[in-house]
Amino acid sequence: MTEARYAVGIDLGTTHCALSYVDLAGSQGDDIAQAVMRVPQLTGPGAVEDLPLLPSFLYLPHPDEFAAGDLVLPWTGHPGMILGEMARSVGAQTPIRLVSSAKSWLCHPGVDRRAAILPVAAPDEEVARLSPFDASVRYLAHLRDAWNHAHPDADLASQEVAVTVPASFDPAARELTAEAARAVGFDRLVLLEEPQAALYSWIHASQGEWRRQVRVGDVILVIDVGGGTTDLSLIAVTEREGSLELTRVAVGDHILLGGDNMDLALAHVVKNKLAAEGKVLDPWQVQALTHGCRHAKEALLADDSIGAVPVVVPSRGSRLIGGSVRTELTRDEVARTLVDGFFPEVAADARPAARSRGALTRLGLPYAQDPAVTRHLAAFLGMQTGATDDLPGFAARGGSFLHPTAVLFNGGVFKAGALVERVLKVIDAWLAADGAPPVRVLAGADLDLSVARGAAYYGYVRRGGGVRIRGGTARAYYVGVESAMPAVPGLDPPIQALCLAPFGMEEGTEAGVPPQEFGLVVGEPVRFRFFGSAVRRDDQVGVLLDAWPPGELEELEEIEVTLPADARTPGDVVPVRLQAAVTEVGTLRLEAMPRSGPEHWKVELNVRNPAGQ
Amino acid sequence: MAAPTPPAPRRLSLAFAAFWRILVEPAFASAVARLRAGGADALADASRPAPGRLQEAEPNAALQLLGLLQQEGRLIDFLEEDVAAYSDAEVGAATRVVHEGCKKALRQHFAIEPVRSEAEGARLTLAEGFDSSAVRLTGNVVGRAPFTGRLTHRGWRVTEVRLPKVAAGHDLSVLAPAEVEL
Repeated sequence: MTEARYAVGIDLGTTHCALSYVDLAGSQGDDIAQAVMRVPQLTGPGAVEDLPLLPSFLYLPHPDEFAAGDLVLPWTGHPGMILGEMARSVGAQTPIRLVSSAKSWLCHPGVDRRAAILPVAAPDEEVARLSPFDASVRYLAHLRDAWNHAHPDADLASQEVAVTVPASFDPAARELTAEAARAVGFDRLVLLEEPQAALYSWIHASQGEWRRQVRVGDVILVIDVGGGTTDLSLIAVTEREGSLELTRVAVGDHILLGGDNMDLALAHVVKNKLAAEGKVLDPWQVQALTHGCRHAKEALLADDSIGAVPVVVPSRGSRLIGGSVRTELTRDEVARTLVDGFFPEVAADARPAARSRGALTRLGLPYAQDPAVTRHLAAFLGMQTGATDDLPGFAARGGSFLHPTAVLFNGGVFKAGALVERVLKVIDAWLAADGAPPVRVLAGADLDLSVARGAAYYGYVRRGGGVRIRGGTARAYYVGVESAMPAVPGLDPPIQALCLAPFGMEEGTEAGVPPQEFGLVVGEPVRFRFFGSAVRRDDQVGVLLDAWPPGELEELEEIEVTLPADARTPGDVVPVRLQAAVTEVGTLRLEAMPRSGPEHWKVELNVRNPAGQ
Repeated sequence: MAAPTPPAPRRLSLAFAAFWRILVEPAFASAVARLRAGGADALADASRPAPGRLQEAEPNAALQLLGLLQQEGRLIDFLEEDVAAYSDAEVGAATRVVHEGCKKALRQHFAIEPVRSEAEGARLTLAEGFDSSAVRLTGNVVGRAPFTGRLTHRGWRVTEVRLPKVAAGHDLSVLAPAEVEL
């Protein structure tokens, strides 16, 4: 394999993708040659532009919808489907053909992620649907083709590629992301958690100054609110042999709540105001209104002296002046809907009204779960009270929640200074109530591009160019074991949890093999219940839990293993043990192995859901 | 019209200026070569006005820009509508759509900066050899450079054009397609 010339970082986002790269030969120490690739994409029929972001939208056009020659890209005359900016704008008018938020579907445990289910609203026989997995492959393939077109002498497949995933992605979603990357040919692949990428980007941007901006004992809280998800991580600053080290000590739950929800919420407020005046908007106009509200919001949140910003919803027909609807967005509406609605001032012991997992909030759907980011944050810090207890230099700190000392914001939402201020105010109030000093803000991040930039920088760091964030897996993993107790009618048989992978497993390591054996039926798929814990840091491999406090273990999707029938009699029961490993790529691998012999079988984390619902 | 013969010091500076222009400007160099080879005839040729050369402006980029301004800022809709029928408030409301959208299109596809960085109203002096296509003299235009005057408009200059690439065969004359909702 040829030597990689570039370290490439790919932010595969819910609403946008971006690609950044570091020229490895031209970089040394803190002096790094980095750039963001502008991505050629269709912006309208027959028009191709190079933009810094690739919107994560895919449009499946009707054969009569566009002239054949109008859908071209620099590297192909027949892309077949439309991807990026044009997909987003055309899809706003024809949503039944638009695939959006594929990433949220990729981590949706209730669906088969390899089944062609998107767009959900597409009429059955008209549109050839895609699976969430296929959509991710398409976005990555577009970035690959764009890269290869711009760098004919440095094929992306032979570069070091880091693809980012939310820190809260479960093992199955990480595995799917890695598979999508492999499907487009990325062999030198690693996965990187987005909040870590944001911190890497901050480190890089500080040009070595970061060592003066943090100190041993700091706990950095990364709050990453993207277009579709909110992702939380805690990173502790430790010391080893005299130099600073960073250790990621905790990650939050998967929260499907992002900037798009906020803009849509504002649009609904204005839409209802118009409806009260008897003006009804069609879906196209609501889309335009959402757009207008985003601009108005940014204007209002940037300047305290403005009381209201006019919002005009353009007419759909050619009569612009006669057909447009004029209204305004007031400071009060923004404060109520956005600042108080999504970032309310709550106490440190506040908790979200419902668990966000399992239900999917998409554009156009009402927010069924708690939209309050601050309550999710309170729950995260409250749950992670003991996150730093095992680290040297972090005395057990008491308090009702883990005290962060610094905050790094990421995501376009935080372009609004008022939201940053509100989050800081809330956290500082919690800290003050516990007698702790306020947090510092780690400033200077590029809110839109820092994840891609940080991922590219990470590729450079991995080759020995700078400080690395350590921490390993942010969860311990358990397999469910039905206990040998007499069944009680009306009650599920009690279940025990056997620890397979301890908290903090580093990439490229294997866990021990617990002695417990499981009977596999030859030739038949056998399923196990599977659990993760973001708080049980001390469980070692083989620990068998009979009971656990509520919330400490979270049930993940079932895992499945099938013993091939070759050289065995179908129907026989073979006793196996289960072993966990974390691959170099950063995915969890589970294998079943018999009592003796070299055989082992892969345990599938992504189980096809036969119901396909 | 015969220009007066320049005095000696001026001829020295002219010689140096010509020396550098011959080095860096191929067209100027070939004109001087023609002048040297042809002597007085070439001089006579040079003093006779050459027939003006005009070329058709390429319509594609213009059509493309119109399409972008319509797509982003509804400019054609706005200009084709009869504003006389509406109140200033109604026209004003629509203008926000046009202004915001056209501004976005402009920002996205062009880098534009003022020709002169001075504040409008400031007095400034134009040295000899100033670029007359970038700075226009108005009012009492007499005498010779350096010219001193007041800046009435800073001017605009495009420093970068980033128009979308166009698919071969794409019909740019359709600025906005008719829309039919099924």
